[in-house]
Amino acid sequence: MELQALEKKARAVRRNIITMTAKAGAGHPGGSLSCTDALVALYFEIMNVSPENEKDPQRDRFVLSKGHAAPALYGTLCERGYFGPEEFDRFRQLHGILQGHPDIKKCPGVDASTGSLGQGISIAVGMALGAKHTGNPCHVYTVIGDGESQEGLVWEASMAAAHYKLDNLTVILDHNGMQIDGTNDEVMSLGDIKAKALAFGYDVIEVKDGNDMQQVLDALRAPACPGKPRYILLNTLKGKGVSFMEGQVGWHGKAPNAEQAAQALKELED
Amino acid sequence: MEKKAVRVAYGEALVKLGEQNDKVVVLDADLAAATMTNAFKKAYPDRFYDCGIAEANMVDMAAGMSTMGLIPFCSTFAVFAGRNYDQIRNGVCYPKFNVKFGFSHAGITLGEDGGSHQAIEDLALMRVLPGMTVFVPSDANECYQCVEAAAKIEGPVYIRTARLASPVYDPRPFTVGKGTVIRDGKDCVIFTCGIMLEHTLAAVDILAQKGIDAALVSFHTLKPFDEELAREYTAKCRKVFTVEEHSIIGGLGDTVASAIIGHGVESFMKIGINDEFGQSGKPADLLVEYGLTGAQIADKMMNNL
Repeated sequence: MELQALEKKARAVRRNIITMTAKAGAGHPGGSLSCTDALVALYFEIMNVSPENEKDPQRDRFVLSKGHAAPALYGTLCERGYFGPEEFDRFRQLHGILQGHPDIKKCPGVDASTGSLGQGISIAVGMALGAKHTGNPCHVYTVIGDGESQEGLVWEASMAAAHYKLDNLTVILDHNGMQIDGTNDEVMSLGDIKAKALAFGYDVIEVKDGNDMQQVLDALRAPACPGKPRYILLNTLKGKGVSFMEGQVGWHGKAPNAEQAAQALKELED
Repeated sequence: MEKKAVRVAYGEALVKLGEQNDKVVVLDADLAAATMTNAFKKAYPDRFYDCGIAEANMVDMAAGMSTMGLIPFCSTFAVFAGRNYDQIRNGVCYPKFNVKFGFSHAGITLGEDGGSHQAIEDLALMRVLPGMTVFVPSDANECYQCVEAAAKIEGPVYIRTARLASPVYDPRPFTVGKGTVIRDGKDCVIFTCGIMLEHTLAAVDILAQKGIDAALVSFHTLKPFDEELAREYTAKCRKVFTVEEHSIIGGLGDTVASAIIGHGVESFMKIGINDEFGQSGKPADLLVEYGLTGAQIADKMMNNL
């Protein structure tokens, strides 16, 4: 897909995020908007996945370890054709397929149920190890949060990824610098996260602007480093694309009201 | 009588299973020499994954591996059922992944390592999880059957095993979710699970000498629970006792109570660990300390008949 088409898709996904969170009156728009470009790049350009090969054992896998960014995943899966936009009306609603956090048993295209932070990356490590074990050529991608990186399990999983030489695994850090109670530095400083990833044995690529589609694509297309798991550090902006949400901690877990949603959708027009 | 620790049977059963099914992989967290998965490691080194001292990661890795068509058996100490709980709940049970948990060193008969390591709560934790099958084999032969059955169940299974060597009884017919009548009787009934079978058998013999005809029923499956058999023997014997090497809160006793309430219970008593932690000691001394020897069980029953 052309760069401009991907950027257009990213705007469409961002509109989906606003639409469903506004309708539900709940959800996590800030951290969904920050990782949107990565998800669009993965689902429309990088991964060999489609609604047609949903059960193909050799399809690539994606785990949204920061499961609260479900609106970004749902918005992307809908654009990719896994279900129709009418499902957005039932986001976070009784009997809906779009649960508050991704549910493998309910939502087509979801490869792991996540939401309990730290677990997604660990499951992704298991998938990559299982793929190696069974000779499955698929690649496993996971998006983790920076706040999530305060969970010890992220580092247990990272140690195992390096130990088992999982070069079929790409961990993508959505580093928007913010979490529920404030900035990372206010809540629990991550220190030099790049140095930590390197020290844990990852092949690290830092992307200066993780909301720039070309930069994201370049990082995702970089050839694998044999014997090492890949870690892509995306420097992103929380609330990206909606002026009044950008860089605001307060939009982590708050839905826009009707008026705010209208303004946001206007800003995200093609 | 031959004695063998149930955990040893677990290790042997895995080797046999590995021979029959190449989808079976075994994960351990640096305890292979204790959980006895080292036998599998030796037989199938390329299907054994050591996860290091990181039990939580072991469980979620197993979850991920199961999505690739593998049947992972996670092995560690039963006390870590609590440490792993979020991973077992959200990583495995919530998506209903096909992961098995063979957790050993359960109960006070773990012995010398002490209360920090003696799981008295794992059955309560596991049986409340939707979709989880819970096995508590009473001896080596039943453990072989539980492991074999676990591999055939599509979904999460917990197998609780003990460290202490215990009697090996003749193999009995095995059906998942069905209890086993060990001794028929009419005056009262003991429901038990796990290696307390040895001590409840002793209690039944002591009672017999005193002219009390006690029935003894053992449950290798706590979930799904054989409510029918529990109710049948409750109706027949009326006076009910449960004996377990677990807290009397949330384990076998409460499972039985839920099943038989309103079904002709005349009296009911739970015998187990009374809402307290264990401590270091020789297993035999600990059984005495916590009142779980045959003689002590029989005494408690006599006082309540």
